[in-house]
Amino acid sequence: MSDNKKKKMTPPQQRYQAFAQGREPKRPVFLNCLKAFLVGGSISLLGQCITTFYMTFFPFTEKTAGDPTVATLIFLSALLTGLGVYDRLGQWAGAGSAVPVTGFANTIASAAIDYRSEGFVLGVGSNMFKLAGPVIVFGVFSAFVVAVIKTVWNMWLAGGGGG
Amino acid sequence: MRQGRTWLFPTRPHIAASAAVGGPMEAQGPLARDFDVLHEDFWLGQDSFEKAEQKLLEEACEKAIEKAGMKKEDIDVFLAGDLLNQIITSNFTARALAVPYLGLFSACATSMEGLALAALLVDAGKAKRVLTGVASHNAASERQYRYPTEYGAQKPPTAQWTVTGAGAAVVVEGHAPGTGVHITAATVGRVVDMGIQDPFNMGAAMAPAAVETIETHFRDLRLAGDHYDLILTGDLARVGHRICVDLLAERGLAIPRDRMADCGLMIYREDQPVFAGGSGAASSGTVFYGHILREMVRGNLRRVLMVATGALLSPVSYQQKESIPCIAHAVAVERVDPA
Repeated sequence: MSDNKKKKMTPPQQRYQAFAQGREPKRPVFLNCLKAFLVGGSISLLGQCITTFYMTFFPFTEKTAGDPTVATLIFLSALLTGLGVYDRLGQWAGAGSAVPVTGFANTIASAAIDYRSEGFVLGVGSNMFKLAGPVIVFGVFSAFVVAVIKTVWNMWLAGGGGG
Repeated sequence: MRQGRTWLFPTRPHIAASAAVGGPMEAQGPLARDFDVLHEDFWLGQDSFEKAEQKLLEEACEKAIEKAGMKKEDIDVFLAGDLLNQIITSNFTARALAVPYLGLFSACATSMEGLALAALLVDAGKAKRVLTGVASHNAASERQYRYPTEYGAQKPPTAQWTVTGAGAAVVVEGHAPGTGVHITAATVGRVVDMGIQDPFNMGAAMAPAAVETIETHFRDLRLAGDHYDLILTGDLARVGHRICVDLLAERGLAIPRDRMADCGLMIYREDQPVFAGGSGAASSGTVFYGHILREMVRGNLRRVLMVATGALLSPVSYQQKESIPCIAHAVAVERVDPA
């Protein structure tokens, strides 16, 4: 907890939080990292196998095989979400199943399933990107910032080379 | 009649009958035999989780009325609450019951808010037969308070599992026949906020509220620490229960440790995937109205203090980084052997 937050709390609140913290089980951070590494790595390995499959049996190159590979992983993730398996995997794997593209597909599929009871337009339509939305917003925004930095850098290099 | 902040009920209102309904996880738990109805279907045959929760409460109410040997027209007032926005579960159940109704909200402490008010109404002579109930549904709560049910986010070990179920009881005048269990006193809680902000750590947030109410109850009535056979908290679960027991000891209230328990720890087996334990309005609702009252009738418990604990947060309040205000309401019940 930040010092700023602590300052806002009254002394009894601070005392209680210290009292309570000693009685809370800690997140098993190391174990979680290990599980995330294993599952995240396995999903990536599966992706590599799919890529090789498309390159071997279909006329895809290393560059073009990416699209069908991602589509396949998204399909598998959505299927597992619908079957009620992905959330259990997520509890075990943590970031391991959240970070790859399958986690992104899970955010969309799970929201779509959940809001089906409110209808297709007000439910599924308006809530499908509830969890995926921030990823898209900040993904696009950070890409924009990186692109601006790269452009300025290149311009400076070009200008600097002449002087 | 009042002693300090605690209400006393000299006419000793009586629990005529009670009922508990549970879902599939509760059916696998150690208290399964003390539920009146158990559902293997998480959806209860409905097309939304909200309707499933409503069905739970309807069934618990119907069962309690039936066990009391009454018809729904016999009920003078219905007091109910739940966790869904605008307490729709209770409102829609009241629509089906078509009796005078007051909707309540103290989050998971609503069960004892309802029972305390039911006893008050009967004791004051404003009603002869009061029905009170609460319900919660795991998936309906998850989607309202947290994430979509199938979203694969990892929860910390301090998280809790919302109980799918409902509990209801019919409270009648003292001399009327029933279970032999009387309501003797009730302590209405104050809102306590110790600055906990993490909605995945509600046990730690609620424990101080439970301690405040228990301390007040014992001080008001000048009771000895071993007065009750059991002091039961609603849904503090593993983390909160430990904090509550330690805090009470620190405050010098000598309650024997084996006489303190928590519904959220009793309702599931240790190996069920429920993190720190159960939570939700139905945690105290099903355990008290199902298991505990049966244990009292069986003669295994005589005096029980039920302290339902509630976290009064909303999805908006925690997103705005507010801390979690909490409350605990206590109701004391006692079995009187027929003379």
